[in-house]
Amino acid sequence: MEASPLPVADAPEGRAAPRLSWRSLPRSSRPPGGRALTGLVLPLVLPLGLALGWEAAVRAGLAQGRLVPPPSRVLATLWGLAESGELWTHVLASLTRVAAGFGFGALAGIAVGALTGTLPLVRRLVDPSLQAVRAIPSIAWVPLFILWFGIFEASKITLIAVGVFFPVYLGVAGAIAGVDRKLVEVGRVFRLSRPALARRILLPAVLPATLVALRTGLGLGFMFVAAAELLGASEGLGYLLLDGQQLGKPDQIVAAILAFAALGKLCDAVLVGLTSPLARWQDTARDTL
Amino acid sequence: MLSLDRLSKTYADGTRALADLSLEVRAGEIVALIGGSGCGKTTLLRLIAGLDRASAGGIRLDGEAIAAPHPGVGIVFQEPRLLPWLSVAENVAFGLASLPKAERRARVAHALERVGLAEHAGRWPRDLSGGQQQRVSIARAFVAAPKVLLLDEPFSALDALTRAGLHRHLLALWEESRPTVLLVTHDVAEAVALADRAVVLRPKPGRIDDTIPLPLSRPRQPSSPGSEAAARAILASLDRSLRPEGEPGRAKPDASALWW
Repeated sequence: MEASPLPVADAPEGRAAPRLSWRSLPRSSRPPGGRALTGLVLPLVLPLGLALGWEAAVRAGLAQGRLVPPPSRVLATLWGLAESGELWTHVLASLTRVAAGFGFGALAGIAVGALTGTLPLVRRLVDPSLQAVRAIPSIAWVPLFILWFGIFEASKITLIAVGVFFPVYLGVAGAIAGVDRKLVEVGRVFRLSRPALARRILLPAVLPATLVALRTGLGLGFMFVAAAELLGASEGLGYLLLDGQQLGKPDQIVAAILAFAALGKLCDAVLVGLTSPLARWQDTARDTL
Repeated sequence: MLSLDRLSKTYADGTRALADLSLEVRAGEIVALIGGSGCGKTTLLRLIAGLDRASAGGIRLDGEAIAAPHPGVGIVFQEPRLLPWLSVAENVAFGLASLPKAERRARVAHALERVGLAEHAGRWPRDLSGGQQQRVSIARAFVAAPKVLLLDEPFSALDALTRAGLHRHLLALWEESRPTVLLVTHDVAEAVALADRAVVLRPKPGRIDDTIPLPLSRPRQPSSPGSEAAARAILASLDRSLRPEGEPGRAKPDASALWW
């Protein structure tokens, strides 16, 4: 049985271990947990240090903290918003818009990507126009969408869907174009029909790239929900940002930013959690993503 | 009986890969196709597998013309070409979708047993070594019970020891159903170890140069006098096939050493 080759990054360590020089001994005799600890703690030193330093500076009266609120005030604002239930209203509003926009955009991206990926005629007909439309900054659509769909949900969801559509479309079409011809031939040798070939070879082969494209799309969905809500909304985390700016409450802005970060990370984790079992056969080092 | 009748293949760019190649292979015979690179060995197998169309000539299996992938023809490619999202057992079962589940399972288990991978049935292809993956690929071709099995240098990427083991596994599977086997190889020892007949091809364009019968009993020992004589005969023929036509054979044995 051959072991799979070690990742390159591990190679120097693997080689160093058997070379028992005196100098290397104390290092290698460290418990393996120590490494994970430094890996976890080290990245936190800078942000925590800055936060605590700023907190101390404000408390000591060295800084006013009016425009850059200390962490304690941000957390208190966040807590207040959560307790009053206001935060959840805004989170729900943003989340609903992202979900709807992501749903429409991803479905359209997968459908159009699958069509252009499998049918050369459709690709030549549709892809150049789509690439041209892709070059338009999505925000540039906003005035038109507002004229077409009004200032309420429809225009926002459309904007988010457009933002999600393109990465998903590109990912799916590219994945289908990149399917290994050799695996397709295996299907041909066993005389699979076209639908069976699509289901048993193409679909699983494009799945990993599609999942990555969906994650990219979800990230852009959050970008565009913030943009859409900044341009006019009465609720949502983006509204909370704008409200904080107009009323001069920087702590509320930072609180909304933190909520955006947590929400985005959470949604990404859910997407990965739901979809990663589908691609667990992959022979890549993607576990850590 | 597999018969190739004046088979030619010219690619779109004008390359003549095969020209007027005719060959008859008895049912159950193992034929090794051997030759230098560019003599159309792989092209020939792709034509018989129905993956490419011949420019002229015909292929018949028991009288039936072959122009597209045929249920009676199986192929083992140069690379294992396992589907990475299927387990080892699912890969072997890939061509058996139309069979009832119980029979499919029995056939797969039996084939995996035969290639010595029964305990790896539930693993991913990525967890197997190159030799093990190629064994799965051979099992996948055999479970479909083809009348003709095409092998396209299936062992060329493996070390000599693994290769000898795979030869044993291949012959064990062959013994069961005795399909016709067409083995493309560039390894003379492999041809002698497996084949009933070695067909030497001449390149540019590919055609048959010589046929060497290998009437040796099985199991074969690579070091036996019969095997060594056969290997020498194939080598001599191969050497001849690689020289341009019209050049006198062996007229000046040391000419090649002095030409510079």
